[in-house]
Formats: sequence, C-alpha cells, structure tokens
Amino acid sequence: MRVVVLVKASEESEAGIMPTEADLAEMGKFNEELVNAGIMLAGEGLHPSSKGVRIQYPERKVVDGPFTETKELVAGYWLLQVKSMDEAVEWMKRAPFQAGDVEIRRVFEADDFGEEFTPELREQEERHRAQMAGNQ
Amino acid sequence: MAGDVHRAIDAVWRIESARLIAGLARMVRDVGLAEDLAQDALVAALEQWPESGVPDNPGAWLMGTAKHQAVDRLRRRKVLERKYEEIGGEIQVFAEPDLDAALDDDIGDDLLSLIFTACHPVLSTEARIALTLRLVGALTTAEIARAFLVPEATVAQRIVRAKRTLAAARVPFEVPTGADRDARLSSVLEVVYAIFNEGYAATAGDDWMRPALCEDALRLGRILARLAPDEPEVHGLVALMEIQASRLRARTGPSGKPILLLDQDRGRWDRILIHRGLAALERAEELAGALGPYTLQAAIAACHARARTPEETDWERIVALYDALAQITGSPVVELNRAVAVAMAFGPAAGLELVDALVADGSLAGYHLLPSVRGDLLAKLDRPDEAREEFARAASLTRNEREQGLLLERAGC
Repeated sequence: MRVVVLVKASEESEAGIMPTEADLAEMGKFNEELVNAGIMLAGEGLHPSSKGVRIQYPERKVVDGPFTETKELVAGYWLLQVKSMDEAVEWMKRAPFQAGDVEIRRVFEADDFGEEFTPELREQEERHRAQMAGNQ
Repeated sequence: MAGDVHRAIDAVWRIESARLIAGLARMVRDVGLAEDLAQDALVAALEQWPESGVPDNPGAWLMGTAKHQAVDRLRRRKVLERKYEEIGGEIQVFAEPDLDAALDDDIGDDLLSLIFTACHPVLSTEARIALTLRLVGALTTAEIARAFLVPEATVAQRIVRAKRTLAAARVPFEVPTGADRDARLSSVLEVVYAIFNEGYAATAGDDWMRPALCEDALRLGRILARLAPDEPEVHGLVALMEIQASRLRARTGPSGKPILLLDQDRGRWDRILIHRGLAALERAEELAGALGPYTLQAAIAACHARARTPEETDWERIVALYDALAQITGSPVVELNRAVAVAMAFGPAAGLELVDALVADGSLAGYHLLPSVRGDLLAKLDRPDEAREEFARAASLTRNEREQGLLLERAGC
C-alpha cells in the first residue's frame, strides 16, 4: 500500500526560517534510510504559505497566502510504499523532528472502492485519469 | 494496549529483521543460526515490550539481545563447539558493551552478503525465492505460502532445507568478488525477477496477478540498487520492474479481464513508477558498456512507456533492441517477441514469416503464446479461419483461466 506522510507547518516554516545545517543533515540521513529500505517513492518540502494561493469554489476566487491556521497547513510530504500502516508509523517515529506533528494517510487504490466502485464509475475514473495524463 | 505493541513489534521486525539477521550472520557465519538468534530476540521483545514499552532504538535493542543470546548459546551448547572455535577470535565482538557498533557502516556489506547467500546457486530456485523473501523481505512463512499458493508446511520445509544446504555446503557469508561475482549476481537478479513475475503473471489459477509480490520484488530491487550502485544490470532490473509495475492497474478491466498492452488506457499507467523506471534505466545505460539482458528489456519497456498513444510507439527501435536481446539470450521466447515487434514495424506478413520459422523449429511447442501470436497475425492478414484455429489451440495450452477466456473469445467459442 501507499501512504502520504503530511508534515504539518510550524511557525518557523511559515516564517520562512530555513532549517539549520545540522537539521538538514539529519533529515538527509533519514531520507537515505527510507531510500535504502526501498520504500520512498517521492518526498518534497514546501515553501511557506505566503508564497501559495488558494482557489475558493464555486466562484473560483483566488486568495493569496499566507494562511492563518498554521497547524493545519502542510510544509512537506513523503510518498511511501509500505506493507502496512503500522510500518509507516514505525518509520515515522524515527523521523528527526523535535516538535510538531505529521499525519499519515492511505492513498486510495481502485480496489479500495470494492463493490461500490461500479464499472461505470471506474470508466469515469479512467477517463479522468486519461485526461490528466493528456495534460502532462 | 498489548495489541498495539504487538503491531508495533511486527512493524519493527519488518524494518529491522534483514539488517539484524545480516549482522548476526557476519558474527556467527551461519545464516540459519543467525535467523534463530534473531527470532529469539523477537520472542524476547514480544515478552518484554508490552510491559516496558517499545525502546527508543528498537533495532539496537534487538541486536543487543540477540548478541547476548548468541554468547549464551555458544557457551552452553557443546554441539556448537566447533563453531565456537571457528569464531573464537570474534568473541569480544559479542561482549563489547557498545551495542550500536553492530549497526555500523558495515551493515550494507552484511545485507549484501545476506542477499548473495540467500540466492546462492547451490539452492534450487524455489528455495532461493523462499529464503530471500523470508530473510531479506521479512515475509512470514505464511505470507510466502499464500503468495505462492502452496501449503505453509511446504514453505517452512523449503526454508529449513535451504538453511541446511547452505551450512552443509559451507557457503561463506560474504560478498563474492572476482570471477565468481557476475554469475552470483545473475543468480540474485534471477530470484528478484522471479518474485516479480510470480506477482505479475501468475502461471496458474484464476488470479491474473498478485501485486503484493511485485511490490516485494521492487523493494528488494531498490535495496539492491543502493547496495550495489555500480552494477548496471541491477539498475536495469529495477528499471524493468518499475516500468512493468507502472501498468499493473491498467492490466485488468472492471470484470477482472486482462487488457493487453496496446489496448490499455495509458492514463492509468502510474507516472511515478514510469519516472523512476526511466531514471533507473538512464543509470544502467550510463554504467554499462554493452547493455545486459535486463537493461535491454527495460529499454524495450521504456519505448512503450514513452509513447503517449500506441501509434507513437517506436517499433523500429524495439526491433533493434530485440535483435540485441536475441543475440545475448538466444531464447526462442525473445525471438517470438521480436516477431511481434517486426510485425508492428514492417507489417504482419514480415512477422508471420518469423513466427512460422519458430513453429518449424519446434522449440516453443506447447507454449500458448506461439499460436496466440500467430492467430493475431493471421487475423490481421485477413485469414480469420486459420486465426480462430490458432486461438483455440492457444486456449488449450494455457493454465491461466482469465487468459484462456480471452483466447476462447477470439476463437469464437
């Protein structure tokens, strides 16, 4: 299964304060462990929300950052391939964070929809994916 | 919350066991004994952690516990006297209080040694697969049994016998060097790819694929690529598996019916895996002098991955790559694939000529894809009656029920 690990923003990350060299080195070491274990598919850090925008539906109103609810914002993510949620949890316990929190979420796969995912819905989903691929 | 702790212990085992067994095997020079010691440490964790909580560094805890048990066992058991003597010089290693030393930089070499040992040619392919999944992939015997549709007792027996064979043959716990290395590496790659293929196309039964095994093989391949970064064929194999796995969810329709490559909805291909596969292929091509068989197969798979529509496929390049692959392998299956590519590049008549040569040759008699391909080409050449005959023949030769259904449909049954 795949999980996304969402790293929540902090006051520091939102203020654009860069991690120290020591912090970066530790994070680099942790990332290397994930890669060595063959489970890290992707992972990135994000700029503060002051450099982001939101789009509000249905009027498609564009709102510039920063956004205020710091703890609900995302500052980075990993995409991991693991055997179980427990394995993801065990890995993330080892992440070199000293404060804040991360949130681990399962990535939907078509089979997760089970019987509810009718052929018609699947077809719709497939069309949607085809369009996404076409846009790349 | 004992249940939570047990789940945490399972997860710790999944993460740590290969390194643990590898480190122990370096000390005791016996993979079987190393696994027993690691299992003992696991039992100790199951006894102690529910009360004490999971330690901050569970890997070091397991290694420390296993080392102490190793010392105890070696001292207590006269049966092991011989081994005691053999490793006499290393006893201090066990007694050393700095337990973290066991998790030092050598761990990469230990893990690589473990992989080479589990995939040793002295073992049958089945034994190598079971041992690798168990020792390196951290799968339980039950999980391996389920994946390969065999009774658990069979897998357990296979693993016990494999460990005995390794001990009896006195297979050294090391990364092979020199002339031996290439052959030993081939053996490792063969095992990883066999695991992948078992997941990708089950040879029998109703289940068209068991993707969990593909994930296990990919994980093994990626680990191997980190441990042996200078080996082009390791990257070639990883590239091949990443690109093939990128199509997993496009390979079956809503009712579970298989969908062939050119009919697949490319929008369902996994872009992340394609991206990873192409990057691995690039590394393999940079490192290689002449491209090896896995890299060539990956390069072929990449031709499909790069094409946004089937019409965009560079079939002439695929033919050239199959030419190179056929020269290395001399395999009639590769020749059959080459015939398909030739048909796509230069028309069905050119392909049929090659297929007919293979039929005359006889080495693929009994292989369902030979009549299946022939039927396909005949259909394209507007010879429907002969085509139907070939599809019926192909259907009678495959054991995969889904595939059989597809072929019978084309045969008009």
